[in-house]
Amino acid sequence: MPERYLRQSALAHLGLESRAVDDPGDAGLVLCERAHLGKVGLRGDAGDKGFLDAVAKELGFALPLRPNTVAAGEDVTAFWLGPNEWLLAVIPYEGTPLAEDLDKALTGLHAGATVLTDSRTVIGVSGPAARDVLAKGCPLDLHPSAFPSGSCAQSLLAKADVLIYLHEDGGRFDLYVPRSYADYLWRWLEDAGAEYGVAVSGD
Amino acid sequence: MLLIECPFCGPRAEVEFRCSGEGHIARPETPENISDEAWADYVYMRTNPKGLHFERWMHQHGCRRWFCVARDTVTHKIRAIYKLGEAKPALDEPKTEGEGA
Amino acid sequence: MQRNRLSEGGRIDRSRPLKFTFNGRPYEGFAGDTLASALLANDVRVVGRSFKYHRPRGIVAAGVEEPNALVQLGEGGFEEANARATQIELYDGLDADSVNCWPSPDLDFGAIVGRFSRLLPAGFYYKTFMWPPKLWMTYEHFIRRAAGLGKAPKAPDADAYDKRWAHCDVLVAGGGPAGLSAALAAGRAGARVILADEQAELGGALLNGHEEIDDRPGLDWVADTLDELRAMPEVRLLPRGTVASYYDHNFLAVYERLTDHLGPQADAGPGNPRGRLWKVRAKQVVLATGAHERPLVFADNDRPGIMLAGAVCAYLNRYGARPGQAGVVFTNNDSAYRTALDMAAAGIAVPAIVDLRPDPGGDAVQEVRERGIEILANHAVVSVAGAKGLRGIEVAPIDPSGKGLAGDPRRIACDHLAVSGGWNPAVHLFSQSRGKLDFDTDLNCFVPGQSFQAECSAGACNGTFGLAGCLAEGHAAGVSAAEATGLTGKPGKAASAADRPEGSIRHMPTVPGKHPVGRGKAKHFVDVQNDVTAADIALAVREGYRSVEHAKRYTTLGMGPDQGKIGGMTGFAALADSLGATMPEVGTTTFRPPYTPVPFGAIAGRDVGALADPARTTPMHGWHVSAGAVFDSAGQWLLPDHYPREGEDRRVAVRRECLAVRGGVGIRDGSTLGKIDIQGPDAVRMLDWVYTNAWGSLGVGRCRYGVMLGEDGMVMDDGVTARLGEDHYLMHTTTGNAAGAFWWMEEWLQNEWLDYKVWLTSVTEKWAVVNIAGPRARDLLAELTRDIDLSNDAFPHMSVRSGRVAEIPARVFRVSFTGELSYEINVAAGFGLALWNAVMLAGQRFGITPFGTEAVHVLRAEKGYLAAGQEIDGTVTPLDLGLDWAISKKKADFLGKRSLTRSAMVREDRKQLVGLLTKEPGIVLPEGAQIVGELRAAPPIPTIGHVTSSYYSPILGRSIALALVEGGRARIGETVSLPLRDRTVEAELTKPLFYDPEGERLHA
Repeated sequence: MPERYLRQSALAHLGLESRAVDDPGDAGLVLCERAHLGKVGLRGDAGDKGFLDAVAKELGFALPLRPNTVAAGEDVTAFWLGPNEWLLAVIPYEGTPLAEDLDKALTGLHAGATVLTDSRTVIGVSGPAARDVLAKGCPLDLHPSAFPSGSCAQSLLAKADVLIYLHEDGGRFDLYVPRSYADYLWRWLEDAGAEYGVAVSGD
Repeated sequence: MLLIECPFCGPRAEVEFRCSGEGHIARPETPENISDEAWADYVYMRTNPKGLHFERWMHQHGCRRWFCVARDTVTHKIRAIYKLGEAKPALDEPKTEGEGA
Repeated sequence: MQRNRLSEGGRIDRSRPLKFTFNGRPYEGFAGDTLASALLANDVRVVGRSFKYHRPRGIVAAGVEEPNALVQLGEGGFEEANARATQIELYDGLDADSVNCWPSPDLDFGAIVGRFSRLLPAGFYYKTFMWPPKLWMTYEHFIRRAAGLGKAPKAPDADAYDKRWAHCDVLVAGGGPAGLSAALAAGRAGARVILADEQAELGGALLNGHEEIDDRPGLDWVADTLDELRAMPEVRLLPRGTVASYYDHNFLAVYERLTDHLGPQADAGPGNPRGRLWKVRAKQVVLATGAHERPLVFADNDRPGIMLAGAVCAYLNRYGARPGQAGVVFTNNDSAYRTALDMAAAGIAVPAIVDLRPDPGGDAVQEVRERGIEILANHAVVSVAGAKGLRGIEVAPIDPSGKGLAGDPRRIACDHLAVSGGWNPAVHLFSQSRGKLDFDTDLNCFVPGQSFQAECSAGACNGTFGLAGCLAEGHAAGVSAAEATGLTGKPGKAASAADRPEGSIRHMPTVPGKHPVGRGKAKHFVDVQNDVTAADIALAVREGYRSVEHAKRYTTLGMGPDQGKIGGMTGFAALADSLGATMPEVGTTTFRPPYTPVPFGAIAGRDVGALADPARTTPMHGWHVSAGAVFDSAGQWLLPDHYPREGEDRRVAVRRECLAVRGGVGIRDGSTLGKIDIQGPDAVRMLDWVYTNAWGSLGVGRCRYGVMLGEDGMVMDDGVTARLGEDHYLMHTTTGNAAGAFWWMEEWLQNEWLDYKVWLTSVTEKWAVVNIAGPRARDLLAELTRDIDLSNDAFPHMSVRSGRVAEIPARVFRVSFTGELSYEINVAAGFGLALWNAVMLAGQRFGITPFGTEAVHVLRAEKGYLAAGQEIDGTVTPLDLGLDWAISKKKADFLGKRSLTRSAMVREDRKQLVGLLTKEPGIVLPEGAQIVGELRAAPPIPTIGHVTSSYYSPILGRSIALALVEGGRARIGETVSLPLRDRTVEAELTKPLFYDPEGERLHA
């Protein structure tokens, strides 16, 4: 397999590894590219029990059905995107056989799984100023009372479509961003974070 | 900047949405059997009321679903939001200042 | 030496002197000063010239409402026009100049205009525009020089600006006693609160006086309140933050000044923004925006030294600066009596208080009496002396009618006059929120009436001018705002202050004088910023401008930087007076956002320069950059336009690239092409609707060209769709229309075809696409793949195969936009660069040549292929484009079908796609050039079409063009003319196909 040595992340050209630090010091904003997540787009009818059961069986957990929520197993995190749409984030990113397995499991149902690993990348945003920086481009209320840990939402960040996910521990936002917007959004984040200081961390 | 309650995602800022114009426009069942005028009416003609208006909006930067909004075009008050396929709600015409003759 | 600086008192820091320059002269002020207070302390009386008459003007106010002291501040990238001296916090090295005067405010060239003021009556501009246009040319030069305030800075803004969203339970606008009380109550109840105030220091009017709260100095209460608010994690204080705009659904804009008070910043940039625009969504809003004092309208009421009484208090108490040595107070209400007391306490001689009221009463009046200051009741100021600085006034008793004088004038020497005509609640934000204004006849001002949004006014902006009332209303507003958001915390008790009874106000639209308004030399200004007089208003009424909105536009009342904060209400009162109408009948003009100017830079935020619009890049972008590509953009994508070699210009590079494709093999980054994954048993049904042709017969592994129409029958998009599996298709769209096509189909699926079992997924960015094209393309691909049979029979044109290319899992489409044998190799985007490098390496022995979008355009035009935005411009049907072959005759319906049979669509003279060959083969026509059939000697010459695409074709050694021409297909063979700027070119209409008409190369 050529995977490991030929595959490039969306932000590979920025040389982020060489900028990554272990200790961000007093930087208010810490950014990283989470380059090694597999992604699968899943479509199906949330009202179809057969579909939900088949997916739950394959994933080992039930899909989230409430808006802006997340469900997770050991290697797979499922984000609610809409009444018939989910995004699965898969570790490791070579884990896209999941799409084929799902497709098999969903045979005969009106449902479909599409590998989207390369369609989007993930930018991790943390640090004490993370919420302030995101507020510069995102119309969502990201206050803990309105967007608690473990929430997700699709919205805009600056001029890019993003899926925003706040990890269960509340320590980091993951931004799922279309690949071709990643360079723009990274630069935007560095600009927006400049007044707080920006550090780059490893994945 | 309106605050629009997406029936799927909840209240969100207007920038996340796209307005698709007047709602409840049905495509003629048999276009080949209707006059040029009737077809043009379907393709081009839309009402543009001062006051209560039934529109379709789409949560473009969110769940990407279309839905229906009853909005007052004068005050921007949103009178009702409902899903596609649901019936037009019965709403009173608002008494809008300066309306009339 | 600061001649008018008090030796003690105020909130300035006398231990921190600051040097500054005004109109080229050096001065000194103190930390805590505004430019205005420092100028006053330095006895600078003339700060500018008026807008129209160029009359010398001095400082009038102490806040945002200042109409005269507008300055040009700073220089270069930090220059700012029309900054209000009252709002500029002094910093060391500040450099400001008066606006609207040359060479200096003391000796102003434009003042000559004032002497001929009869040439500039109300409606001057208006009337000039209505005169014969040729006269405008005569006046324009003169007006352009004389009109306007300030100069637009020439250098790009050196500062960066920030903007952000914010959400809160309660937004409090204004940090005076009412606003602080509201924030405190709401904060204690547990609300997320934002408190914004335009001043550097919170406290509002408390900063300007010595009021007591809870039996101690009011400012101690402010300090304690701020300590408590700062300790609340959910309360955010925004001093230097002006709530500028109140929009729909409780959405408000606050502009926060971050560095203005520090002066130009050496490290100006994103790390140190000058200002921040807060876009706030508030569940509840408390407006506590205070009030603006009204001037009185009397003869020459604009002279330097005539100030608002409240402003005099502010300068004395807050800034330790006095307006002069001897001052008279002129009032129609009680509030200015406090000013007289403050003046006397500061050592200013106060020879008299002139009061329009016959029998002033109230607490303050009593105090003044006890102090021994003379009160001239039922008196008016009837004239003033001193054009460049007040020297004295004349006062006279008013007759019982209130319209004339009842005695001879008496002269009083003084160098300033503190004026109060009552107070106007700052209802700007309330009115912007669509709230209804009511007129309070006792207070003689508009006050908030019925609210429209989730909002509440408290304190002076609600017509409650006394401190006790402000504290109580603010607290109550905070409590109810918190309750309305469902919070149940304990809001605590309201602070208290002594109730101080006040006498009533005597309203006079204009003060009686020696001559009626409009007679004599004196001017009675209602709006000093715009030089609008009571006589102008009367003239406007005589000329028929009776509505307040019309009178405003005719006279310019309430326009300009201050938007009538001082002049508006005074002008409306004069209008009511002239009309014989009441204030409610006249009403007000519309209060529009913003309350005070917001820099454009802040509105743009960081959407400037490289971040103005996203530049979308492909996985191979870095390679293109290293190869020296020149980029072009399409739908935000950056794509190589061409790859110039050493010494090549665009023309030469594009010709080389074109010939390389036609003669060998070229490589192109095709990643930006829109790609939509379509899955489900009803995929064919959907394709049959959105495309004009039929899809049922397409076999797995085969591709078909499709044309997408709007319901109006116009071509929206075109592209190749492949059938990947039984119920699985992949649609290609044009680069710029990928999103458009996706939404178009989604809209139909969600709105009309609810029962269709189809899922659409945009996969544009999932795939990197390497396109190889040219007669050697197969040989090259053969070097890279072992598991795909490339023979023509096994892998014909318009088909798709899967396999490995350069060991990378790939999907290979044999499709062509160049007319050559062509493969589009799709791999997961992460492998794009690896694939590109592998193809380049293998291609070396075939002389592989990277080609850009311009070469693609030349090659596709040679084949007559269509380009979105050129041939496909939203006005053409497939019939116009000669795509009849792509329209199914069998399908009962498809989107747009019915429109194709409308009478207008089948007219013979619709513009149709044709080719165009110039008689002189070297001439490349400009795209967009108009085509005429019959060339006439003189215009008008009817045009019959236009050029949509035009290139030099290297393979043909001549120019080619595509055009849309009326009835074009029937005219093929005819000669047409194209009148260009410098010559007229003749060309022959041809079929829109110039190269390889049989398509042999495609199928080779």
